[in-house]
Amino acid sequence: MNKIIKKEILSENVVQLEVEAPLIAKARKAGHFVMIKVGKSGERIPLTIANADIQSGTITLVIQKVGISTKKICALNEGEYITDLLGPLGKATHIEKFGTVVCACGGVGTAPMLPIVEAMKKAGNQVITVLAARTKELIILEQEIRRFSDEVIIMTDDGSYGNKGLVTNGIEEVIQRENVDLCVTIGPAVMMKFVSLLTKKYNIPTVASLNTIMVDGTGMCGACRVTVGGKTQFVCVDGPEFDAHQVDFDEMLMRLNAYKDYE
Amino acid sequence: MNNIERNESWREELRKNFKNKDRVAIPRVKMPELDAEYRSRNYEEVNQGLSLEQALQESKRCLDCPTPTCMQGCPVGVNIPKFIKNIERNEILAAAGTLKETSALPAVCGRVCPQEKQCESLCIHLKMKSEAVAIGYLERFAADYERESGSISIPSLAESNDIQIAVVGSGPAGLSFAGDMAKFGYDVTVFEALHEIGGVLKYGIPEFRLPNDIVDVEIDNLKNMGVKFITNCIVGKTISQEDLHTEGFQGIFIAGGAGLPNFMNIPGENLAGVLSSNEYLTRVNLMGANRPDSDTPVFFGKNVAIIGGGNTAMDSVRTARRLGAEKAMIIYRRSKEEMPARLEEVKHAKEEGVIFMNLYNPIQYIGDEKGRVKQMVLQKMELGEPDASGRRRPVEIPGATETVDVDMVVVAIGVSPNPLIPANFSGLNVSKWGTIIVNQDTLQTDLPEIYAGGDIVRGGATVILAMGDGRKAAAAMHARLNSEKI
Repeated sequence: MNKIIKKEILSENVVQLEVEAPLIAKARKAGHFVMIKVGKSGERIPLTIANADIQSGTITLVIQKVGISTKKICALNEGEYITDLLGPLGKATHIEKFGTVVCACGGVGTAPMLPIVEAMKKAGNQVITVLAARTKELIILEQEIRRFSDEVIIMTDDGSYGNKGLVTNGIEEVIQRENVDLCVTIGPAVMMKFVSLLTKKYNIPTVASLNTIMVDGTGMCGACRVTVGGKTQFVCVDGPEFDAHQVDFDEMLMRLNAYKDYE
Repeated sequence: MNNIERNESWREELRKNFKNKDRVAIPRVKMPELDAEYRSRNYEEVNQGLSLEQALQESKRCLDCPTPTCMQGCPVGVNIPKFIKNIERNEILAAAGTLKETSALPAVCGRVCPQEKQCESLCIHLKMKSEAVAIGYLERFAADYERESGSISIPSLAESNDIQIAVVGSGPAGLSFAGDMAKFGYDVTVFEALHEIGGVLKYGIPEFRLPNDIVDVEIDNLKNMGVKFITNCIVGKTISQEDLHTEGFQGIFIAGGAGLPNFMNIPGENLAGVLSSNEYLTRVNLMGANRPDSDTPVFFGKNVAIIGGGNTAMDSVRTARRLGAEKAMIIYRRSKEEMPARLEEVKHAKEEGVIFMNLYNPIQYIGDEKGRVKQMVLQKMELGEPDASGRRRPVEIPGATETVDVDMVVVAIGVSPNPLIPANFSGLNVSKWGTIIVNQDTLQTDLPEIYAGGDIVRGGATVILAMGDGRKAAAAMHARLNSEKI
């Protein structure tokens, strides 16, 4: 049982929880995720670790209310407990000095991007972060992202904050004006698909952190499988990060919708 | 064979009082079962267990052989005649105690062991052209009787030696090892990645064969013996191998199982509606997706194909029937004779309306516009020459394909060792199949303090072989730690 130390509402549908998990806090690296289950009849869902504090033995999770499980988690209050928390899972992000790195994230994908932005900066990269959301109220963690980014470009669909347009417009702007060595993208699958198509056009190496359906998160069921470079891979153990240009996003989108009727 | 206590006066008396000729004349007991039509729509346990009268009668069939060959067929070495003769004299709790001398999970083994290939296959009755003593049914009876009596005993434990031992994985191998080490006096902690203890006993084998409550009772028994369990913890991820050393663990037993599902890598296998048996069974058995109060969803297919012919395939196909499938099909590339599933499971599946399509092999899945599977293309096979395993090899009949409508496919063609554990232990040697390499006699790995057993060493095998490995590794590790002390 893991106690919730602190709860913050980041936007209308997004909640940030600081959770007691000393072992995970110590072992985790950027890119890792956890499996979480609330209540005896709860389902297991994956969430990327947004931050961790070894001293206080806590990890930070950012959750967007989309279905029954995320609603249950967001309804938890300070002092309450998460029934089951397993991690850190997956492969950590490959961090080194690439040069100029564009971190492109959308919506709640900003949370898992935060530790990557931090690690990329600390490895000596020039980090340009493109933060995108439908509207101003849905932009989260802007201050935290700014701390570790050399530049932050904000994009909103409706132009209510930053520039008007999609995440891809922001990335293209950077590509037009300077050399980009790597692009990292986290967000809705359809967003990552279009980021990938864009950077492929410019031949820029791109890493996407995939968010598929998972059950156990330890490689024993294959619910999370995706086709990467023509081969079946398990996101939970082989990923979650893959070469975006090799990912079959259309297949992934179809698989993500498989349980729509049941939700 | 070590001391089987056959010379005790009560056993001599039982043998004297009832002639072998009369014992052999008793017909083998039939296990009472739920009606097939009724049970194929619910999760109640199919086998209802023997009544006391049935068990007393069946126990009389055992001849209490001077050399009980049945024991050679038991991977954990249960003292079979001793427990059966205790039933015959109506000392059922003593029979249950006998089982626990060697087996950490008798109520489980009595239900899921393939006795017809193990203990019962070596019963003296078979040499006399009579049916084997129903050892499995009697084992289950004794364990169930003890549980229902409410007076579950704990096996006698050696004095605590304060040596900490870690077990990685809480499946049958890990539980069996933990039980034996606790008996030797060790301070045992079992680390489990999932939120429930039991491994395949919980996520794999369905409730209608092995109710989870029964597994929990046996786990509670281990807890009462002092075994500690930590769930949601992956050794190598949550805590490291070094952490275990720092905390003073002097021995590690790796029993991470073979959790990685195999796929066939044929076109369309990643369509929605095509899933591994591990995913299907985990959703239903571990997450309770069949229950209305569970948050975990599961597909409800009308035409469901299960690919494979083993016990996992039978568990999956019978689960599909229970979830409402009108057509639940087994697709197996060999003939019925070659199916590796237990005969009893095949019989039960047939009774429950499962369709068997033998000598068919899927070569492609076809999806609808939403990416959901709607058809499978099957290649018709015929039997060719025997292969290395002695089984006749299935050979394609050129051009003979059939396309069959399906809305769900469960792939149950086997599992490989979970790579997560070996990948996070430095210095462990692994075969090309991903199994951990151990000394066959001691189950010691190339790292002296680490032992391994069960499916992570064998690839996908059986519950009882995993339990046998647990016992073997415990004996070997105990011998090693003991000799070091001196």
